[in-house]
Amino acid sequence: MKNPLDSLAATVSLGFVLTAVLYVIVKFIETAAIAS
Amino acid sequence: MMLENYAAGIARWLHFFFGIMWIGLLYYFNFVQADSLRAANADGTGAGIVKHVLPRALFYFRWAAVATWLMGAVMLLTIGNGTGFVDAFTLKQPFTPIGIGAWLGTIMLFNVWTFIWQNQKKVLGLVPATEEQKGRARRVAFLASRVNTMLSIPMLFFMAAGYTHKSMLGL
Repeated sequence: MKNPLDSLAATVSLGFVLTAVLYVIVKFIETAAIAS
Repeated sequence: MMLENYAAGIARWLHFFFGIMWIGLLYYFNFVQADSLRAANADGTGAGIVKHVLPRALFYFRWAAVATWLMGAVMLLTIGNGTGFVDAFTLKQPFTPIGIGAWLGTIMLFNVWTFIWQNQKKVLGLVPATEEQKGRARRVAFLASRVNTMLSIPMLFFMAAGYTHKSMLGL
């Protein structure tokens, strides 16, 4: 199977996906801190 | 207090200066050089890039990475009476976004010196290696560089988390 990092487009796409995932995690931490 | 303000301002300015140099060269390697070198090697003109461009680019790349990290550390140390550095890396409120950025930048710095530079030394012939070892080193360095390109995208998002991100991140 080809490594997705061989493709520059896939690398950049994964970067945006990772940004979205981390954003959700940070928002969760922020929300939990406000609620406590 | 006055000295801290100067240190924070100068560190912020230099953090951007060295950061642009580092990530600019990272994007040069990934967006320009990787495919260009493949094409140049195919028509026998790639040796000049490896001999003259790559060593100089890697010099500024790896040392700009160190300088960027150090200036970022100075900035964090000037926040919260010196506790900003620890607060950021422990993702403590309200340092969670910049803490994520700081962790990503630190992982990227580790990648530069551990996987990219150590393997590029073999590719450049600075340390002895067989052709098979050079081929493997080239592949590991390439993948580490691609990982850093991927990580740079969320890193820039969280590093830039300021007033413009207020509505999104609740800072």
